[in-house]
Amino acid sequence: MTRPLARPRRKNPLKRTRAPLRPPAVRSRTAHGLTAAAAEGHFALQVCTDCRTVIYPPRDACPACLSPRVPFTNIDNGGTLVAETSVHTSTEVYFRERTPWRVGVVALDRGPSVVAHLHGDVAEGARVRVELKLDKAGAPVMMALPEQDTPDMADDPQLREVTCDPKFRRVLITDGRTAVGQALAKAFSEAQASIVFVGVADPWKPFPGMNSLRAIERVEIVPLDLTDTESVTEQAQQNGARVDIVVNTAEHVRAGGIVDRHGLTVAREEIDARYFGLLRLAQAFGPALRARGADGVNSATAFVNLLSVHALMNWPEYGSYSAAEAACLSAAQCLRAELRPGGVKVLNVFFGPLETEWFQTVPPPKVAPAALARAVVDALKRGLEDVFVGDIAQDVRQRLAVNPKALERELAG
Amino acid sequence: MSIDLLAFAQAIAGGAVRVVDLTQTLAQEFPTIVLPPELGQCAPFRIEEISRYDERGPAWYWNNISMGEHTGTHFDAPIHWISGKDLPNNAVDTIDVAKFIAPAAVLDCSRECAADPDFMLTVAFVEKWEARHGKIAPGSWVLLRTDWSKKPYLGYAGLSDDGAHTPGPEPAAVKWLVEERDVHGFGTETIGTDYGQGQHFNPPYPAHFYMHGKGRYGLQCLTNLDLLPPKGAVIVAAPLKIKQGSGSPVRVLALVPASAG
Repeated sequence: MTRPLARPRRKNPLKRTRAPLRPPAVRSRTAHGLTAAAAEGHFALQVCTDCRTVIYPPRDACPACLSPRVPFTNIDNGGTLVAETSVHTSTEVYFRERTPWRVGVVALDRGPSVVAHLHGDVAEGARVRVELKLDKAGAPVMMALPEQDTPDMADDPQLREVTCDPKFRRVLITDGRTAVGQALAKAFSEAQASIVFVGVADPWKPFPGMNSLRAIERVEIVPLDLTDTESVTEQAQQNGARVDIVVNTAEHVRAGGIVDRHGLTVAREEIDARYFGLLRLAQAFGPALRARGADGVNSATAFVNLLSVHALMNWPEYGSYSAAEAACLSAAQCLRAELRPGGVKVLNVFFGPLETEWFQTVPPPKVAPAALARAVVDALKRGLEDVFVGDIAQDVRQRLAVNPKALERELAG
Repeated sequence: MSIDLLAFAQAIAGGAVRVVDLTQTLAQEFPTIVLPPELGQCAPFRIEEISRYDERGPAWYWNNISMGEHTGTHFDAPIHWISGKDLPNNAVDTIDVAKFIAPAAVLDCSRECAADPDFMLTVAFVEKWEARHGKIAPGSWVLLRTDWSKKPYLGYAGLSDDGAHTPGPEPAAVKWLVEERDVHGFGTETIGTDYGQGQHFNPPYPAHFYMHGKGRYGLQCLTNLDLLPPKGAVIVAAPLKIKQGSGSPVRVLALVPASAG
């Protein structure tokens, strides 16, 4: 049985904050097939196209028939824990300070045996499901979980190393004026975040939902305007050392492409609110996040970007908006590399048109703010890096993988 | 008539002429005019540090700033409004610089505005003021003292779900000030020269429409009007020389004889 996580005690200010460490991260290029699967929460191993052998560890040719056609394929993740042990000492500094550390060998139903980190609730001989997770170094690892959910299983210390669970963590939602920001405040409060800071810019402009936002348990409204460097800096100076998850909900949605837009005023606002906003946020909060990646139960753990899926392929009807989103995606990739040394994940949540005012003329399917918020919290609990929420986002994801040029033409209408 | 400018300078230095700053600090959080979001918006004031005695410039501190022409305490030129678009010398770079210095009549309606955020300046109110202080001299700025600048920003912007609720002039009053009193321009403490609900007037935004239509000017987001006498102050308000600029953030100064106010 997992011992439920206790609310972390207040830090002893005389004690040094431990520097984040990383487990070994080197993987072969082929093995990044596992990284790709783990990033989106799939369980994929190589399956030989010619003889159907399931292959592990990753190889460039099938060990059974030598075929080079060995694509990563989503497969069933069931298996049996055939052996387990506890590591009590290690030359790896990351593991040294986390011993005893349980690992075991799982015989997968689909064939191969894999070495996996073990959840506390699995015992030798038990049926398990194996998940691919990204560890503190961003590298894919196998984690054996009990076949059925167990009480408080998310609180398991080894599992919590590879997830970004908001429980007892402090979250900053950058813009509470939007429907998405408000839905996220509610979702994080329900996920037992210990404080949900919610930024509000221009408090002299009333906005819908202000009173219900204030009424959410553990929500603290803070002044924050991502278009104003000084405002972001001041908020980081005030609360940056006690923010464990940053969720950038800055939004600037306007229809229109490039040629028929009259001037650059709107484009400037888009870039300022979204791209520069992200940069300001990363510069102000990034250093403290990265330094606090191993700061106990409520260590800094994630930076969440909400991105239009059209960051991946321009949707000319919202063409200038798509371009700004693409800039944010590129910056998020840079940020991911920069925060990785601290063991802080950058989660990109891609979505299609939202059920909000600025997508009024767009036909369904659209993503409800509450559904987006649920997806964000779920992705953090699973420790994912890339999530596609809703039919449009998943459709774009798939079509992009198959034929990007076809997608470009089709989005042009 | 010979004018002793040295004596004038000495009067300022010696305090016989007080210099009152009527300008709000250009700061990011200061409210900017809000239009329906699908329309073009005036940029708020923003500041980005270039260097501050650091690796970006070891011995110097400076900033890049950005804003709209109508951000913070600012000057409105006639070209700002469609009614003034074809007038000669109607932009901040072409207006005769002598126009940037003019006397002021300060209409105190702070008591009325405290009671009613929708206070409307009428001809009758101005006539009552004139009965006490004398006729407004031609070429005067008419400055509306509402004490609005003392309000916290929420009340200052006065935004409700049916628009802004801030004091300002009715159309007839603006027309009368221009045609009957030949005023220099109209200045307010609020975000615009017009009444908060001024879009519902006929014509909409009369302070803009009539003032700029006749080549007069506007000043808004003023402060410290409570330090000025009803008459006798001289306003110095020189906008930046922006090529074909419709307005400009401006440092507005009032020169007040120490004996007055």
